Amino acid sequence: MSYCSSLHASLFPDKQLHVLQDEDTEENGDTFDMQITVSDPEKVGDGMNAYMAYKVTTKTSLNLFSRNEFSVKRRFSDFLGLHSKLASKYMHIGYIVPPAPEKSIVGMTKVKVGKEDLSSAEFVEKRRSALQRYLTRTVTHPALLKDPDVIQFLENTELPRAVSTQALSGAGILRMVNKAAEAVNKMTIKMNESDAWFEEKQQQFENLDIQLRKLHASVESLVCHRKELSVNTASFAKSAAMLGNSEDHTALSRALSQLAEVEEKIDQLHQEQAYADFYLFSELLGDYVRLIAAVKGVFDQRMKTWSKWQDAQLLLQRKREAETKLQYANKPDKLQQAKDEIKEWETKVQQGERDFEQISKNIRQEVGRFEKQRVKDFKVVIIKYLESLVHTQQQLIKYWEAFLPEAKAIA
Amino acid sequence: MMQEGLDDGPDFLSEEDRGPRAVNVDLQTDATLQVDISDALSERDKVKFTVHTKSTLPNFKQNEFSVVRQHEEFIWLHDSFVENEDYAGFIIPPAPPRPDFDASREKLQKLGEGEGSMTKEEFTKMKQELEAEYLAIFKKTVAMHEVFLCRVAAHPVLRKDLNFHVFLEYNQDLSVRGKNKKEKLEDFFKNVVKSADGVIVAGVKDVDDFFEHEKTFLLEYHNRVKDASIKSDRMIRSHKSAADDINRIASTLYTLGTQDSTDVCKFFLKVSELFEKTRKIEARVAADEDLKLADLLKYYLRESQAAKDLLYRRGRALVDYENANKALDKARAKNKDVLQAETTQQVCCQKFEKISESAKQELIDFKTRRVAAFRKNLVELAELELKHAKGNLQLLQSCLAVLKGDT
Repeated sequence: MSYCSSLHASLFPDKQLHVLQDEDTEENGDTFDMQITVSDPEKVGDGMNAYMAYKVTTKTSLNLFSRNEFSVKRRFSDFLGLHSKLASKYMHIGYIVPPAPEKSIVGMTKVKVGKEDLSSAEFVEKRRSALQRYLTRTVTHPALLKDPDVIQFLENTELPRAVSTQALSGAGILRMVNKAAEAVNKMTIKMNESDAWFEEKQQQFENLDIQLRKLHASVESLVCHRKELSVNTASFAKSAAMLGNSEDHTALSRALSQLAEVEEKIDQLHQEQAYADFYLFSELLGDYVRLIAAVKGVFDQRMKTWSKWQDAQLLLQRKREAETKLQYANKPDKLQQAKDEIKEWETKVQQGERDFEQISKNIRQEVGRFEKQRVKDFKVVIIKYLESLVHTQQQLIKYWEAFLPEAKAIA
Repeated sequence: MMQEGLDDGPDFLSEEDRGPRAVNVDLQTDATLQVDISDALSERDKVKFTVHTKSTLPNFKQNEFSVVRQHEEFIWLHDSFVENEDYAGFIIPPAPPRPDFDASREKLQKLGEGEGSMTKEEFTKMKQELEAEYLAIFKKTVAMHEVFLCRVAAHPVLRKDLNFHVFLEYNQDLSVRGKNKKEKLEDFFKNVVKSADGVIVAGVKDVDDFFEHEKTFLLEYHNRVKDASIKSDRMIRSHKSAADDINRIASTLYTLGTQDSTDVCKFFLKVSELFEKTRKIEARVAADEDLKLADLLKYYLRESQAAKDLLYRRGRALVDYENANKALDKARAKNKDVLQAETTQQVCCQKFEKISESAKQELIDFKTRRVAAFRKNLVELAELELKHAKGNLQLLQSCLAVLKGDT
């Protein structure tokens, strides 16, 4: 377990996180440093009302915060609550809001029920790690960092309980977004994409989504087989030790016992490698599958904004036609009402156009930022992962080099 | 097609495989009689082995000759040894297992059926993998049949066996069909009776310390080798599964790399290339572990069973001898059929003593062979594991160097 926590620390190292420059407006260009850790999971309460409380520690030199270092206690639903607020505030204007970790009824029930076994410990660790990554991604977003809800989440000792987080879970939000997307697709009006960039990007993200899911599935399979290999190696080690015990040739007996020891060390190695496979590689892929869903959501919001604008234009058209008719009907009150309504809808059309332009602009910026971050994340993780593989091979060489003279010593 | 320096080529009888020192058993090579399997052909549901003999013995018409044999004929030869009373005091070299390509063939068939659902590259890759697997099984079955023949050829008495010479020389079909259902059923019951008898016989305490020790030792050893064999198989299967996963990961990374328009595409492509190579090494590690560890254990599982069988036969002879003694005492007491009882007793005594004498030497030789085989295979296993780990390490480090230089 200590191995994987040290892996997490290195996943998001205590390095400078650079604010990525806004395309239109120059930010103050300062590099800022901020580090968020989620730690010390603690079970609070008993039975089915029990929950896990996590310590959220922020270390920063930014002026946004009143102190340089501070901690609060948060529970999982608090994180979901934060995400739902951010999503409702920013998704419709085109910001990619990092999705919160998935709810897990099975995993959490085991913890509540008090099963003190390896799988519950692993579940809590997996969740803790995911929450840390979630917060780190959230504060890396320049707009979200400044959001009062985020600041309150990190700083305030007490936080109002997020209600009905069932609907507010990552999956819940995604469902809402997906429903919106479906609704848009079902509409007879197909969006006239005047900007090829959007069409191209959507296709790219679609392809990326498919491949990442595939890769994620393969890596999960690898994790599973590696764990299996570790278990089977341990089992073989015991068996080899037994064989060594019953072997009546002394030197061979010793060599077999040595083989058993080597295999036992190797089983540990496989276990560590499986952790690396999972926490470095598999979790990153899982995060990005969910992130891409958020990206797709944002594109769909743009479609929704466009169609709202189109609807407003259509309605304005109708109002104008109605007004023209009323011109010849000699009903002065109705005519005035019609003229008022036209003014109202003209404003709405203008707003719709502005909204559409704004969300398009935001998305361009966001996608640029997202891609930069994606490249960075993947490069960092790939290198770390390869380093873990290097470590495994170096250890293997060490173990077999120690064993070889033992095997040769059989006389 | 093959990576440089990564594997021995696809021809299954590369230099290292030739000769009676082939797989597990360290045998004296003797110029008077050398046997090997020089070629093998896999047809639809049978394998045809070309058995090649070089001999200076006068028994044979020529000094060098070859015949073609199938698995059933090996079994016939083995069974003829087992049934021969004169050989009761020997550890009969265990029969080679039946060539079993069923699993491999099934996988190839499934692959063919699933061809439509994968890309051409994936299909070609998987096909290559399965063909390599098929080839590996093929090589193994050849090695196991060869080891059997070499063990027989190395044995001072068995090498003179007439059936063995016929097996080696007669260049027509031996017409030994496999056992039919009735015969298989008979065998089954024979084995049941034998195991029950074996328990009774084993229960008889032996005055001879050597044999008493061997009995206890072999019983425990056999069970533990069996367990180790099962566990090593499982371990190796997991290893193969992990290598398969890395194969799939490499393919997907390649697709990602070709699709990606950002900087990271280089990373994906480089890592995909790396994983292609490392998973070949991983597959090789699993294959070598299979050859040097799993096969070794499986072989000694069979040999220790053959040794147990020898002890059983001796135990049986001892019981018969003791019973004959009792019968003789009874006959003398009643003064009835004394001569007959005396003859029976003498026959039993001779049989028992003959078996005991050769059994002792056979069991000592078994230990010598076992130690030598384990030594050889454990050393080779460690050397191969080192070779592969170093290969992997080098690939990983050079890829890392390129990627780090790129950021």
